[in-house]
Amino acid sequence: MTAPVIELRGLARTYPGPPPVHALRPADLVIGAGDYVAVTGPSGSGKSTLLHLLGLLDTPTAGSYLLDGLDTSTLPDRDRSTLRGRRIGVVFQAFHLLAYRTALENVLLAELYNRTPRSTRVQASVDALRAVGLGHRLDAVPTRLSGGECQRVAIARALVNRPSLLLCDEPTGNLDSRNAAALMALLDQLNSGGFTIVVITHDTKVAAHATRTVAISDGILSEQAGTGHG
Amino acid sequence: MARPGGGLPPPRLTVRDAAAEAVAGIVQRPGRAGLTMLGTVLGVGAFVAILGLTATGAGQISRQFSVLQDTTVTVADNGPANDVAQPGTYPAIGFPSDADAIADHINGVVAAGVWWPVALPEGTNFSASQALSGVTSQTVDLLAASPGAVKTMDLTMVAGSRLSAYENDTAQHVAMLDSTTASTLGISPSRLASHPAVFVNGIAYTIVGVYSSAQRVVSSSTGMLIPEKTALADYGHPEPGIGTYEEAQMVIATKTGAAQEVAREIAPAELPTDPKRLVVTPPQSPLKLQGEVNGDLAGLFLILALISLLIGAVGIGNTTLVAVLERTGEIGVRRSVGARPRHIAAQFLAESTALGTLGGLIGTCIGVGIVVIFAASKNWTAVLNPVYTLPAPLIGTVVGLLAGAYPALRAARTSPLEALRYA
Repeated sequence: MTAPVIELRGLARTYPGPPPVHALRPADLVIGAGDYVAVTGPSGSGKSTLLHLLGLLDTPTAGSYLLDGLDTSTLPDRDRSTLRGRRIGVVFQAFHLLAYRTALENVLLAELYNRTPRSTRVQASVDALRAVGLGHRLDAVPTRLSGGECQRVAIARALVNRPSLLLCDEPTGNLDSRNAAALMALLDQLNSGGFTIVVITHDTKVAAHATRTVAISDGILSEQAGTGHG
Repeated sequence: MARPGGGLPPPRLTVRDAAAEAVAGIVQRPGRAGLTMLGTVLGVGAFVAILGLTATGAGQISRQFSVLQDTTVTVADNGPANDVAQPGTYPAIGFPSDADAIADHINGVVAAGVWWPVALPEGTNFSASQALSGVTSQTVDLLAASPGAVKTMDLTMVAGSRLSAYENDTAQHVAMLDSTTASTLGISPSRLASHPAVFVNGIAYTIVGVYSSAQRVVSSSTGMLIPEKTALADYGHPEPGIGTYEEAQMVIATKTGAAQEVAREIAPAELPTDPKRLVVTPPQSPLKLQGEVNGDLAGLFLILALISLLIGAVGIGNTTLVAVLERTGEIGVRRSVGARPRHIAAQFLAESTALGTLGGLIGTCIGVGIVVIFAASKNWTAVLNPVYTLPAPLIGTVVGLLAGAYPALRAARTSPLEALRYA
C-alpha cells in the first residue's frame, strides 16, 4: 500500500450562522500517492468546501487533515503558505490567470515565493508549459489564448513546483467538449506519470477518468462502491 | 516528527522580486499608472517650482536691495551736547566745511557728501519765471546738498549738469530739479540753455540741471537741490537732532564690502572732538534681509505645496485601494501559490511606493524645468535650493508609501478563499 498523501480524520467545516451551515460534516478519507480521485456531487453539496480545505485555502472547524503525514489543521499561516506553494497545485474553474501577464509570466508567478533560484525559474516554467503542450505560446497573454489553452497554463502553473497533490476545481467547467476531452487526456497523462490528482466535478464524464470516485451530498462524504483501490 | 511546513523553508519574496513585481504592475498598465501618479507629479512639481520660484524671486529682490543697501552708510548730526546757539537759530552743523574731502580719504569710500532738507515756512511758493507758462507749487522738497552728496545720490540726468564745487564754494543761487517738478513749473529740459529760474519765496535760483531719478537720498518725485553753502547763506543752519527729520546728514557710497569699516571710521574722522555727536547707520546685513524676504514667502508657499502633496497622496491611496479591490483574484492566486500576507502587502506597498517615487521624479523634473524656464525668460538667475530639490523625489516615495499602507494592509488581510470566491 502506498503512503497516504491525504488523510482526513473527522474533518468538518461549519460556517457560522445564523443559521450555521454544515458545509462539510465530519469526514474520513485517505488518498494515496498516485491516486486519481474524483469528488462528485451537485451544486451546494460541499465540493468546493472540501477543495478549499484540501488546498489549505480554508481552515477546518473540526478534525484533522494530514498532508504527507503532517497535520495541517494546527499549523500557523506561514507553514500553510509553505505547503500551498510547495506541496499543492490548484487548478481553478475560472483559470485565475493574471490578464496582463504572458503565459510564461503566469507560470513564473508560482515560483516567486518558494525560493526557486532566479536562474532556474524560467527553464522550469518553460518545461511546465511544454509538458502541457504550450511550448509555442509562451509569450501570449491570456486574452490571446483559448479557454483550453488558459486552463493548460493554469495546470502548468499548478505543476511547476512539482507538488505532491494536484487539485482541480471543475477543470472543464469553462471548456467546450473538445477542449474538455483534451484536458482530461492531459490529466490522465499526468496521473500515469505519478501525480496524485483530486478532481472536483459534477460531470460524470470527467469523473469517469478517475480511478476512485468520492461522492458528496449535503456535506456528507461517501466512497462510491467498487472504485476504491487506495 | 516533521518540522512545521513539512521541513520546507517558509515562502520568501526577495526585495528584487518585489521590485520586479512592482515594476511589472506599473508598466503593464501604463495609462492607469500615469493617472495614479498625476497627483504626486503635480504635488512634487508644485513643491519644487514654488520653492524654486520663491528663492529665484527673493534672490533677485535681495540682489537689488543689497547692491544699494550694502554700499550706503548714513551719518546724522544729532547736535552738540550743549546748545550754545542764539535763540531762534540753530548751532552750526556737525560736519566740518571740508566734510566731503575728509570722507573721501577713508579707504573704501566712493563718494560722500552732506545734505539736509531745508525747513521752509508753511505755504512757501515755488514758481518759475513769469515768461514760462507753469503753475505755482507748494509741495516741493528743497534739499541742500554738497557736491559730494549730489555725486553720492547717483542722479540720472535728463538735461544740464550737476551742482558743481565752484557753485557751492561761491554760494551761487543755482538749483537742480527733478523732471516732474520741472514740468509742473513749466521748465522743459530744452529750455535750460536760456537759464530759467525758480523763485522760492522771492529768491531766484537758476536751474542748471534736471534729473529723472536717483539711487540714494532723493526718493520723492518732487525735489529741488541747491548747494549746501547757498542754503546756509539763505536759510541758516538746519535743526540738529535725530527725529527732527531736518538734521544735516552725510550720505556715503562705499565699495562693496567696505560699508561696515567705513561706518566705524567716519565719525572720528569727521568730528574728532565730538564723534558721538554723529550717529552712524551702517547697512543692514544683507543675509538677514534676504532671510526675512525668503522666510515669509517660502512659509506661505510651502503650505500650498503641502496641500498639493496631500491631494497627490489621496490620489495614490484611492487608486491603490481600487486596485486592491479590483485585483482580489490576483491576491487569491498569489496566496494559493504560497504567498504570505506580508508578501501581498509588500507587493502593493512596493507598487504604490514605486509610483510615488516615479511621480516624485517626474514632478521634480517638471518643477526644475519651470523654475529654469521662468528665470531664463526674466533673465534672472535660477535659484534652486538643493536642500529642497534633491530630496524632492523622496517626498513622492514617502507619499506613495503612506498612501499605499492602508490598501496594502487590506490586501494582506484578504483571505485566499474570499479572494478567489469574489474574483
